[in-house]
Amino acid sequence: MDKHNQALDTATSDASVRSRTEPSASQGEAWTLSRRRSRVVSSFFSSPANKAGLVIIALFVLAAIFPVRWLPHNPTIVNPGLRHTPVFERDSEGALYLIGTDHLGRDMFSRLIYSARYTLAVMVCSVFVATVTGVMAGLMSGFYGGFQDSLISRLVDIQLAFPIVLLAILVLAIMGPGFINLVVILGLSDWARYTRVVRSATLSVKACDYIEAARAVGVSDTHILLKHVLPNVASPILILATLAMARVLLAESALSFLGLGIAPPASTWGGMIGDGRNYLFEAWWSSALPGLAISVTVLAINFVGDGLRDALDPQMERQRTAE
Amino acid sequence: MTRYIINRILQTIPTLFGISIISFALLRLTGDPAVLVLGLMASEESLEEYRQEHGLTDPVMEQYFNWIGDIFRGDFGDSLRYHEPIVKLLRERLPATMELGLTALTLAIVIGVPVGVFSAVRWNTGWDIIIRTVVLFGQATPGFYLGLLLILTFSVGLRLLPTGGRGGFSHLIMPAVALSTFMVALIVRFTRSALLDVLRQDYIRTARAKGLAERYVVYRHAMKNALIPLITILGMQVSILFSGAVITETIFSWPGVGRFAVQAIHARDFPVVQIMILFMASVIVFLNLIVDITYAYLDPRIRFN
Repeated sequence: MDKHNQALDTATSDASVRSRTEPSASQGEAWTLSRRRSRVVSSFFSSPANKAGLVIIALFVLAAIFPVRWLPHNPTIVNPGLRHTPVFERDSEGALYLIGTDHLGRDMFSRLIYSARYTLAVMVCSVFVATVTGVMAGLMSGFYGGFQDSLISRLVDIQLAFPIVLLAILVLAIMGPGFINLVVILGLSDWARYTRVVRSATLSVKACDYIEAARAVGVSDTHILLKHVLPNVASPILILATLAMARVLLAESALSFLGLGIAPPASTWGGMIGDGRNYLFEAWWSSALPGLAISVTVLAINFVGDGLRDALDPQMERQRTAE
Repeated sequence: MTRYIINRILQTIPTLFGISIISFALLRLTGDPAVLVLGLMASEESLEEYRQEHGLTDPVMEQYFNWIGDIFRGDFGDSLRYHEPIVKLLRERLPATMELGLTALTLAIVIGVPVGVFSAVRWNTGWDIIIRTVVLFGQATPGFYLGLLLILTFSVGLRLLPTGGRGGFSHLIMPAVALSTFMVALIVRFTRSALLDVLRQDYIRTARAKGLAERYVVYRHAMKNALIPLITILGMQVSILFSGAVITETIFSWPGVGRFAVQAIHARDFPVVQIMILFMASVIVFLNLIVDITYAYLDPRIRFN
């Protein structure tokens, strides 16, 4: 564990130099760790794009947990009389429809917020499935090598070769759309990236002396993998998982757009675009605005993901100082 | 080099094998083919007769190998919906997809590479920042959403372009732009960072130190090495292109294989989808094989790793 922090710090230039000159070993390590942490945090927050990204993601999460009864209108009640009310328009009772209504007369603004929870839930669960599957496969593949490694590497190749959208459409068409099915297919279409990264990181960690030492004193493989190898690959996993959120959100919105998303009246933003798609001529807002929400969210996630990579990845850091 | 090529080709065999197994399994998961063909109202005798006739009572392994054997003989089966050979149906629709895909790919390269180079050469100037911002938006916009926005603007609003269908240039322009945007963004980002990486290397400093013109340094010395990694993302591009084509063709009613696949899925015409997945995945595997071999040829370090 200590060694791992040191190894990371060696890459992050000056901190490691100072830790070596530090008189007390235990003090020095704690000091280095906290310094590294504050360096990462301050480097992350030095970029306005990262801050803006975090604010947008916070708004997204807030929308997702926002109580339904506090919304200006009920997002699921169908009201044919108000069908395609334009943006900023009021109904006969004076209630405002900030961004209009959809083809069933439901308030778009309330629906947009109401859909955020499903959008977020599908996204987070899918990335969780992908991360757990991918990391486990990567650890096994890199640590044990041999037959398991070849088998997993071939599976990675197969996964990367499959036209994901088509496969997802087919699987959802067979199994039927729904939350669980959507999460499983999105998760299983994205695990291979983690496996590749974790495998190569595991290979390099495995060669370190302290792994040998841990084995020599009889530490179990599971313990070594979870306590010694996994922390070393935590940064790339975090970066990959953040960027995967954006990718999964895009893939989910495409599937929901095609009508293979979660069951109505619940919906995700992609599903809302799909609903509005047939009414482009009458009500541009019903498909254009949910799409804007997707774009802005994906943009924010990408900002944060890139920011995390710059702050956590020593190699990138060195490049920046070289510039 | 020969050794590397042989190794690399041998690697694709298990991959293709796995892909064929998954494609086969997917079709079996869709239920009893006899019921799919004859319908739910068919009598048990006629179902049984169909199963006997088509070898569906054989062991699964045998069915799989028969299926693979048929494919190697060029018999890809019939569509349940059209009662015609799948190959014929796909062949009719492939030109439309090729037209759209190649236009999008060309657009992506013709726009993406120069813009990426420009952005790298003007590193950290106003131009670079503008380009990077636009690229980030391009990567954040789903292709189908961009397609809808284009339709809203140019068909609904300005009434300049048709909303869909295949015809002349005016039909092609919107789907091609919608399909290529994500790739353009990817290529700009990739070219920019590859060129920046190369421009930081010692031999570039040497070239500058000996007084070569900056133009010469960038285009003669740096570009050669920066463009090599670009080949690797071409394999990725094709995968994006296939997935994108499915969605884009659906939005713009483009009569290609992607839209055909979506229609086939909705019509529960699963043998068609099975062959399409097998076809697309094999194309991606072969392209990646070619990309890797080209890459190893251009960059000898790869071969010895």
